Amino acid sequence: MINDKNSQKIVDIIQNFARQHSIWVLAYGTGCGAIEIPPTMTSRYDAERLGVRGAATPRQADVLLITGYLTTKTLKRVIRVYEQMQDPKYVIGFGSCTINGGMYWDSYNTIKALDRYMPVDVYINGCMPRPESVLSGFAKLQELIQAGKADGAKKYKENLEWYRTNQKKVIPNWHMPEYNW
Amino acid sequence: MKEILYYTWGAIVSFVVAFSVGITYMGLNRKITARVQNRYGPPWYQNFIDVIKLSSKKTSIHHGVMQHMGPAFIMVTSVVSLLVIPILNGNKFFPNLNFQGDLIFLLYIMVFGPLGMALGAGQTGNPNSAIGVTRGLSQMAGFEIPWVMALVALMIQYKTTSIVDLMNVQVESGRWLMFSSPFAFLAAVMAMLGMFRYAPFDIVGAPQELASGPMSENGGKYLFVMMSAGSVFAFAKLTLYVDIFMGGADNLIILVVKTFALYLIPMLYGITSPRYRTEQSVRWFWGWPSFFGLLAILQAALF
Repeated sequence: MINDKNSQKIVDIIQNFARQHSIWVLAYGTGCGAIEIPPTMTSRYDAERLGVRGAATPRQADVLLITGYLTTKTLKRVIRVYEQMQDPKYVIGFGSCTINGGMYWDSYNTIKALDRYMPVDVYINGCMPRPESVLSGFAKLQELIQAGKADGAKKYKENLEWYRTNQKKVIPNWHMPEYNW
Repeated sequence: MKEILYYTWGAIVSFVVAFSVGITYMGLNRKITARVQNRYGPPWYQNFIDVIKLSSKKTSIHHGVMQHMGPAFIMVTSVVSLLVIPILNGNKFFPNLNFQGDLIFLLYIMVFGPLGMALGAGQTGNPNSAIGVTRGLSQMAGFEIPWVMALVALMIQYKTTSIVDLMNVQVESGRWLMFSSPFAFLAAVMAMLGMFRYAPFDIVGAPQELASGPMSENGGKYLFVMMSAGSVFAFAKLTLYVDIFMGGADNLIILVVKTFALYLIPMLYGITSPRYRTEQSVRWFWGWPSFFGLLAILQAALF
């Protein structure tokens, strides 16, 4: 009965509802984008009413929020953090730096496109995106979760070799365990 | 055989009631905190959603056997203390395992969970966990003293170590122990502030300092077990206070009203307070609360 297709469907609906309305965010404040997170969480915009809440450690988090540019040095830490998170997990790229490099497009030590190194589920455009756009990004993620289309983590596992090759290209001293989840 | 079935059924019903009431209290806590901070806040059932989500997360972390056992220890503590504490006066629907001396037994079993958690957190090897554990144990050395003093005062005054006897004393005299031994009540309530670990005594979890302390390496299903155990334990503690000091409750509605009134004390005190350092917290508990505990013992011994 448990492996029955229909009962699995009901379980999926309940689980997706719960995942959709309880999003624990690990905000990786790499760049200037981190300053937009406090107003999003506090009284003015109050993300907690949507179930969005800060998580303290990668083990407890559902969403990794990359706020801003990533240097090659921080990219290594971000990958380590991402691989410590537990399934199902999602990534939100925040600001134009994660999309095309933004104002760092010709910098020698920042990465330009985040999704060459990590699977990104939702991008939030802008430099800086205001709290309204951050909330709309979370709403988009909720839609994707409800439809069951936020499967970045699955893609990452399937195309691990491609991601690893890209990561190792920009990170010169790669001393990390090969497993992690 | 029939008796065993009866007790098992009672245990299941008590657990379900304690779980749902405890989780609702935690959700109301988040809502009230939000309203105090002039926010709209999450819905009151937010913690139910969180619990379902946490239980549906996949987990593949292995640091050793004790890491898996830690949350189980907490759950065992919560359930055992819930079963020993009488939930309603009269015990028709909630049979439980109270016996002569259960007050002393409770004093010990309530410490068992944090100790098991300390072992589990130690094995994860996360430095934040180790700091959280040392802080938690020092704080426990703080609030256990007024708590034990208050209970000892009651034991001396009424010459019994059974919770049911204390409840019967209040029913017979028609006076709550809260009024007939006010110092014991004061000491016990002040100790309760530490037991709930809300601000200013949230030095164990301290999200901005310690990354949630002992549970920093535990996510998903482990956190699910810990959260449910915490809610059940919160309900058990509040029920114990109502039983001892506020005359117990005749039905569930009165119980919920009384426990929620009591729960407002640590909640509101927490919302309006910043966080203490460890030594400040311990010093606070060894100050006025212990003094009131001492007064309670004097009152019990002299009058």
